[in-house]
Amino acid sequence: MPTVNVFKDVLFKALGREYSTEEFEELCFEYGIELEDETSEQEMVKKEQGEEKAKGKSNRGIYRIDVPANRYDLLCAEGLSRALKVYVGNAKPPVYKLVQPAGGKVQKITVLPETAQIRPHLVCAVLRGITFDQDTYDSFIELQDKLHNNICRKRTLVAIGTHDLDTLQGPFTYEALAPKDIKFVPLNQTKQMNAEELMTFYESDRKLSKFLHIIRDSPVYPVIYDSNRTVLSLPPIINSNHSKITLETKNVFIECTATDITKARVVLNTIVAMFSQYCAEPFAVEPVEIATPNSTSTHRTPDISSRAVEATVGYINKSIGIHITADEVVKYLAKMSLNATLSSSRKSVTVSVPITRSDILHACDVMEDVAIAYGFNKIAKTVPRSITVGAPFPLNKLADFVRRELALSGYTEVLPLILCSHDENYEWLRRTDNGEAVKLANPQTIEFQVVRTSLIQGVLKTISSNKAVALPIKVFEVSDVVFKDESRERKSRNQRNMCVVFASKTSAFETVHGILDRIMAMLNVKLVSPDAAQDGYFIRESDNPTYFPGRCAEVVHKGVSIGHLGIVHPEVLQKFEVPFPCTALEINIEPFL
Amino acid sequence: MSQESIQTDILTRLDTDGSIADTAVLPYASDLILGVLNSLLSKEILTYTAIKGEKWVLTIEGQEVASGGSPEVALFNLIPSDTGFAVADAQKQMGEKAKIAMSNAMSKKWLKKQGDQLVRAVDSVADQVQADLINIQETGAFEDARALQDYKRRKLVSAEKITSYSVQKGERFTTNVQKEATEITAEMLRTGEWKDQTFKKYNFNAEGIQIRGGHLHPLMKVREEFRQIFFELGFEEMPTNQFVESSFWNFDALFQPQQHPARDMHDTFFLKDPAVAGEMPKDYVERVKQVHSKGGYGSIGYGYDWKYTEAEKLILRTHTTAKEFRPVKYFSIDRVFRNETVDATHLAEFHQIEGVIADRGATLGDLIGILYNFFRKLGIEKLRFKPAYNPYTEPSLEIFSWHTGFKKWVEIGNSGMFRPEMLRPLGLPEDVSVIAWGLSLERPTMIKYSIDNIRELLGHKVDLEMVMTNPICRLDKKMGREI
Repeated sequence: MPTVNVFKDVLFKALGREYSTEEFEELCFEYGIELEDETSEQEMVKKEQGEEKAKGKSNRGIYRIDVPANRYDLLCAEGLSRALKVYVGNAKPPVYKLVQPAGGKVQKITVLPETAQIRPHLVCAVLRGITFDQDTYDSFIELQDKLHNNICRKRTLVAIGTHDLDTLQGPFTYEALAPKDIKFVPLNQTKQMNAEELMTFYESDRKLSKFLHIIRDSPVYPVIYDSNRTVLSLPPIINSNHSKITLETKNVFIECTATDITKARVVLNTIVAMFSQYCAEPFAVEPVEIATPNSTSTHRTPDISSRAVEATVGYINKSIGIHITADEVVKYLAKMSLNATLSSSRKSVTVSVPITRSDILHACDVMEDVAIAYGFNKIAKTVPRSITVGAPFPLNKLADFVRRELALSGYTEVLPLILCSHDENYEWLRRTDNGEAVKLANPQTIEFQVVRTSLIQGVLKTISSNKAVALPIKVFEVSDVVFKDESRERKSRNQRNMCVVFASKTSAFETVHGILDRIMAMLNVKLVSPDAAQDGYFIRESDNPTYFPGRCAEVVHKGVSIGHLGIVHPEVLQKFEVPFPCTALEINIEPFL
Repeated sequence: MSQESIQTDILTRLDTDGSIADTAVLPYASDLILGVLNSLLSKEILTYTAIKGEKWVLTIEGQEVASGGSPEVALFNLIPSDTGFAVADAQKQMGEKAKIAMSNAMSKKWLKKQGDQLVRAVDSVADQVQADLINIQETGAFEDARALQDYKRRKLVSAEKITSYSVQKGERFTTNVQKEATEITAEMLRTGEWKDQTFKKYNFNAEGIQIRGGHLHPLMKVREEFRQIFFELGFEEMPTNQFVESSFWNFDALFQPQQHPARDMHDTFFLKDPAVAGEMPKDYVERVKQVHSKGGYGSIGYGYDWKYTEAEKLILRTHTTAKEFRPVKYFSIDRVFRNETVDATHLAEFHQIEGVIADRGATLGDLIGILYNFFRKLGIEKLRFKPAYNPYTEPSLEIFSWHTGFKKWVEIGNSGMFRPEMLRPLGLPEDVSVIAWGLSLERPTMIKYSIDNIRELLGHKVDLEMVMTNPICRLDKKMGREI
């Protein structure tokens, strides 16, 4: 969840009154945002950089507020206070409009076909006669950062560039050129460099280095020029210093380049919706004409028209479980900054979804806003009508029986992790990798390389961490192992195993054999003779590298081997750092379902 | 010396002298004396008070000197009265003791060195060290403090803490002690002896004998309680024995867009082998693709280029959310995987508890109602719901409960109604809605059992003693951190 910092005084001015912390917390809770912290610039600097650096910093009160990840319109102080202002009934939501520039000639930009190889989409807008002060300027930069980190997926999907239009001369072009052919002075730098040099230059930059990979290996880099071949930006890395926005900037040119056109539109709309508030004519946006390579005609961005979503009053009431009138639906939606009109039959509402609410995809999103405005905590509690019968999953029920019998037999349950290292699953157990284990592609540590194919390694690891416990250590686990299985859609299957380990001063084959017999007796499986073709189980001598030679048997059930028991091989014990003899049993319990 | 004869000795002394000022004078080991005193104390035959003191005892080396004489004397005796004796020979004969013997004999001016020869400087010597040590051995003390320190430095003596006792007659003093029985035996029952037998007083403050049986893991005990609650509420357990899942079923089918941060390499374990899923249900995949990229069922969708190659990637499931519905109440409690950095509250594996209800006309009110029922069974009465965001539920509600200890609302789970974009492609009729909630198993368990580090609960670093001693879980009773 993104966190937004808002000055308390700005917020209270918008809300029309002061709030105590408790009151404001309550308001946030009901609206669906969360007051994370109450602080100030001084306190934040103190926390991050120490008391010394915090001296002289402002102690103006700041609320740190967590907002939902799909509400880009709440990512800045402007949007947040506007939404809350409307929610508490202190204002009506703004109406955005497109305006032509004074001379009637809109800015033009041509997208060249080469951009398709690297970053094909572009949307632009102009904000005229804007007035920044330090607060709003900071907020403008902050919003772009927040958008870059969230919806723009760290600039991979969309990158924003904002420029002082009065330093540039349209029409503009959006091109894709070889890196060494792009030369400019990057933002806040003094030296001109080509894009190749620029990549090397920013390698050590803490903030920008993480974006370089997006275009680095491409033969062409995206770049925006004005008619004088002045570079505006090298998206998604950096703007040029030439067109830098300052506190004095009056006219702002905004460009969003993207690999996802839908998200580019949302990002541009969010910026203009938030900051057109400071334009000479508030909430007025000037469009830009865009010529695309595959079309003879041009189109204009942004599209700030509202979108109609219809929802019936019946659907809203039935989904929430309340009974409110059509008029109340309209009233509640207004609280959520949504203008809705009633149909002539009064049975449905049509919401004109403003550009700020890209999260509304379906009537269910409208229904949710009604529920929030109504108050989740005022909804009457009911229970679903269908009568249903509870039942356990049969395999879990079987596993629980086995677990209980093992505990009743004096064994203690352990719960190691399912992921383990490749060595733990193979080499340490003296097994060779036969390719049956599921392997992970991107683990953060070598502790998690494969999904285990047996339980014994986790049980031995647990014993190893518990060497101080009085001997004998008698432990068990009943849980899943995973095998690759080409025949299935997920190419793998789980198998429920049972593993018992007895660790003491001497090995104890008979003791663990006794546990096998006990569990089989409890599962009503009979011991049969190895040569008789009968239902039941028996054990026979077997070779298994994990166990000591001549001290290992396989467990055969209905003629099929379901696992092994034996004295754990000393080399295995050494790898797992277990200093006393261990006798183990591990079988698949699924045949007993 | 038998316990009986010590007892007789003590009782006789008490009988004749009236009291024993200090048991240190008795020739028995202190622990044997204490055993007899306690046994007589419990019968109120005597009372005693402890006297703490210190006693000097000989070390093994000291005992050797006491019995065989000091090394310096041994060395002196080795050297003939008229001629010299080679240092090398002394070393050969006395071994490692030669060095200390030589040093002591020199400093006492008994011997002197002439070249590599040792010669006598006096005619005869007396073994004072041996005499002193024999004295210490007998009395446990020594008057000459300087000499005592010297012997201590030479590691011939050491101080030992001792406890002795001052003993007085008790209320029921007698020299004729009847033997008391501890337990009733089968023999007593047969002979009727139990009628005349006196029994030893029990110490009811002592602990019982520790039981070493088998034990279930605390996390599984809590899981069992949750399962019972679901059964009581009529929920059926879902099959969840499939850890490997395709991105399609884990994310796409839940209307989670392909660029969603949860699908990042940082959050999800992707598989190297096997890497991609086999054939997935074609028609359904097509419907999911449509609703993501172009919309449908009344939705505008996300409007992006949906890729099959992204959907077919295999992963370890990050949740257990159900994807097949009939009018039913389902639950599951099973392991899920997140590619997270491990710390005190995060593991790459944990257990997710999930409840799902699919019903015609199920409402948000039903969800809130069932959550009250569910959490009431956990002993939680006060709930509050906060609007939240989740890609596959709308509305989404975070569940908060009032924590009486912390005196504040704490988040305890998540819930919501599944989006139509998720349900309709599965072929569910429009009037069926699905409500669900989830929480982790580890968090309530850590609270119930006062465990601060998740690694002490799940994984191989768990302390077996903890597993063996933790109480049963009763979710409706306050336990651990709740108190």
